Amino acid sequence: MADFVVQTKNVNKVYGKTVKTTALHDLSIGFEAGSFNAIIGESGSGKSTLLNIIGTLDRPTQGEVIINGVSTKNMTKGALGDLRNETLGFVFQFHYLLPEFTALENVLMPYRIAQGKADKKSIERAKEILDLVGLKKVENNLSVNMSGGQQQRTAIARALMNHPKIILADEPTGNLDSQTTDGVYQLFRKINEELGTTFIIITHDRRVAEKADRIVEITDGSVTLDVIK
Amino acid sequence: MRLAFSIALRFLKSSKGQTALIVLGIAIGVSVQIFIGSLITGLQKSLVDKTVGSASQITVESVTEGDYIQDSADKMVAIQKSNPDEIINLMAVAQGPAILKTPDDSTTIILRGFDWEDAEGIYKIKERLTTGNLGNNRNDIIVGQDLAEKLNVAVGDTIEMITPTGMKDNFLVTGIFDLQIKSLNESWILTNLNTAQTFLETNEGVSRIEMQVNDVFGADLVALDVERALNDETLTVTNWKIENAALLSGLSGQTASSLMIQVFVMISVVLGIASVLAISVVQKSRQIGILKAMGMHNQRASLVFLFQGVLLGILGAIAGVGLGVGLSWSFATFVVNADGTSVVPLYIDWYFIGISAGIAILASTLASLIPAIRVSKLDPMEVIKNG
Ligand SMILES: Nc1ncnc2c1ncn2[C@@H]1O[C@H](COP(=O)(O)OP(=O)(O)OP(=O)(O)O)[C@@H](O)[C@H]1O
Ligand SMILES: [Mg+2]
Repeated sequence: MADFVVQTKNVNKVYGKTVKTTALHDLSIGFEAGSFNAIIGESGSGKSTLLNIIGTLDRPTQGEVIINGVSTKNMTKGALGDLRNETLGFVFQFHYLLPEFTALENVLMPYRIAQGKADKKSIERAKEILDLVGLKKVENNLSVNMSGGQQQRTAIARALMNHPKIILADEPTGNLDSQTTDGVYQLFRKINEELGTTFIIITHDRRVAEKADRIVEITDGSVTLDVIK
Repeated sequence: MRLAFSIALRFLKSSKGQTALIVLGIAIGVSVQIFIGSLITGLQKSLVDKTVGSASQITVESVTEGDYIQDSADKMVAIQKSNPDEIINLMAVAQGPAILKTPDDSTTIILRGFDWEDAEGIYKIKERLTTGNLGNNRNDIIVGQDLAEKLNVAVGDTIEMITPTGMKDNFLVTGIFDLQIKSLNESWILTNLNTAQTFLETNEGVSRIEMQVNDVFGADLVALDVERALNDETLTVTNWKIENAALLSGLSGQTASSLMIQVFVMISVVLGIASVLAISVVQKSRQIGILKAMGMHNQRASLVFLFQGVLLGILGAIAGVGLGVGLSWSFATFVVNADGTSVVPLYIDWYFIGISAGIAILASTLASLIPAIRVSKLDPMEVIKNG
């Protein structure tokens, strides 16, 4: 068996009680540690549903999700929170930065959720990451006082803060122009290569998908294509 | 804890208008409480002071009317010892009725004799003397203003009095007093203790021992101490609270109604805070959702809102105390009688203010409980789905 950092086993997701929509059909898939994966598929095919279930933000109707070899099925909300805090980094289409805080404070947030107070070392690290995503100059700006691309890069920096094993990104460049988009993917690749972080990225952009190590296509809640380069 | 607190602080800082509004709401509630509280207390204090401030608050008398208390000096020492912290202005009075005769009129008066110095505490005779002075010689007396007018006597005149037992003597008027109570001004003639004891044939005895207490409302308890210390069946101890039961029940009615007002003010403050914080939960749901997605536990997320309640309560209480004390002070300073004295004297009770501020903080914390519970139930998926 391959060395999967995250794996779904026969996951079903059914929405609604009276009118039932099946978003995922008995889906089993694993992602190797350090891999760079793209998930593609038509709108409504179930990509976000799958990513949110992998990220333990949502629970499957049936089946289970195994992260780091541990099943998340019977974990409490608190335990899932700790797991997300320690092992997962999220980047969504919308940045979800806290507008009341500066870029640096936003990046520190996952660390403070775990430790309470940011120490010198963690502040240094946050600054380094901001430097890595090219935001050294605006680190003390309130997140509302930044451009869309800067906000999204801040969100990426935040996702990296706690040394996550996996970054889950749902159309992370959906709101960005093509030049900024390229920058973001180059950044992802760099982090993937330098830190060995696993990436699972949902994208509509074929051009982007083709640069990934593996492309998974979802159609109507099932995997219909799985290419490993 | 720490993160929740700093997020709470940041949320409050970033929506300054909303924060100011809630703080103002709490502050007005607290200040109304303090204002009404000190108004009512000030009113009651001045009323009680007017009623018993210049009168005996605990009185020791013989059970049999007209009997005199012997060895009064020893008894006064025992009384003072029974509760040395509370009992003040202790004095002995020798008194009795007498008929006053002028060439064309006769009237019944009460002759009261006491040591002028001892009596200064309760009656402040020196201040009340309108003309003349206190006579220390045998058969020197001072007469109430209204009586003097009625009988047409002045300082330097001599008047004749007869006791019910037939003693007859002449007295020199050395001064005229005004106790500001007409019935006393008409019926009292005051003299030194010696004169009264001799003329009334008390045989060194006194009619009553009078005293005041530091805490007027505790007079009944002190009276019990006095009774126990004297341990004498021939003596009876009374206190002002028994004699003024009607006044006291009026006061407690007033206290109850002011309490009602305060309770309703506080309820409206709580409702105000709860609704504004509830709105802010909706406004901040995106932030809370992402914090939870990043692993913040439900209880911590709730703490953010509880801390906001506590902080708002503290800020509101501080502002309210300032406003309330200022309001009470202005009222006492600017709402004055024709003679320049306050209609209601300022009475600032820091203990009451402390309780009022404490209740405000408690209430706003309670009010934040509802939004805190809502926050703990917020599912991050809702936020992430709906942007
Ligand atoms: N909360 C929900 N209640 C009911 N149906 C839902 C809910 N969320 C998603 N669905 C349905 O589940 C299916 C998969 O949705 P999902 O969001 O995963 O699609 P997607 O592949 O991410 O699409 P897109 O590319 O447009 O983001 C869709 O048919 C959608 O209508
Ligand atoms: Mg989607």
